[in-house]
Amino acid sequence: MLSLTHFLILGAVLFCISIAGIFLNRKNIIILLMAIELMLLAVNINFIAFSHYLDDSAGQIFVFFILTVAAAEAAIGLAILVALFRNKRTINVNDLDVLKG
Amino acid sequence: MSAELILFYLFSALLVGAGFMVITVRNPVKAALFLVLAFVACAGVWILLEAEFLAITLVLVYVGAVMVLFLFVVMMLDVNLAPLKEGFTRYLPLGVIIAVVIVIEISIVVGPERFGLEQMPAPEPAAADFSNTKELGRLLYVEYVYPFELAAVILLVAIVAAITLTLRPKRHTKFIKIEDQLDVRRKDRVRLVKMPTEKKNSPRRQKQG
Repeated sequence: MLSLTHFLILGAVLFCISIAGIFLNRKNIIILLMAIELMLLAVNINFIAFSHYLDDSAGQIFVFFILTVAAAEAAIGLAILVALFRNKRTINVNDLDVLKG
Repeated sequence: MSAELILFYLFSALLVGAGFMVITVRNPVKAALFLVLAFVACAGVWILLEAEFLAITLVLVYVGAVMVLFLFVVMMLDVNLAPLKEGFTRYLPLGVIIAVVIVIEISIVVGPERFGLEQMPAPEPAAADFSNTKELGRLLYVEYVYPFELAAVILLVAIVAAITLTLRPKRHTKFIKIEDQLDVRRKDRVRLVKMPTEKKNSPRRQKQG
């Protein structure tokens, strides 16, 4: 029988895979964006699992809004990426240091 | 082992495997395709949790729209991949250690002694005529209508931002420069010319008369 622990640990594993992905691919902005999408997916799994086991649909509404914001974030992130590549001909994080941060 | 458990392990293995491939594969196009696989597997897990509407939304919105956008951008950019992969092995131990530590910590917290079936009994499966979509729609349009409108505004802002960021003005289009127009003084436009008056019996006038 499926328990809440199954889903929570699945979410945790997915979240940590994306954390490791951010560490491993710190040069490549595209993979970083994908890792962020995976993180949001892991969070959504937690929301839906709790919503199911607590029998409260509000968690699914939250997932709905997270999906909305994540879609907006992906669109703007990719637009910034395209503008960046047009101007600098690279997406290497190391070369993006014009702000002297 | 029940059918639910088998399906859960199947979809979870697919999800974790696809997620692992997303972060390790060299080619960003392949990474995006594995991310699509991860989303589809995750939709399966959500169906097991009786969130049918969101599962279908995930497939339609994410696989159908967001990932297509990702693939489009990845294929459009002519990226030199070699320098992007350096440091992969250097950061491998650190990343793996941190990930494993976090997984162990979360597993201790959410283990079966706190969120097992005794503490959190599984709810009764919904009746066959129960509509998850109807329930979500009722919540969304009655109780959460104001956040729903805000989400619409966020999407509008995202559209405007994405278009203005990537729009390249056409080179041959003529625009009015308003600041130049406002800057104009009288001497830029009007030139007073002094010239002698014409004589009365000039040859041209005589011919006309």
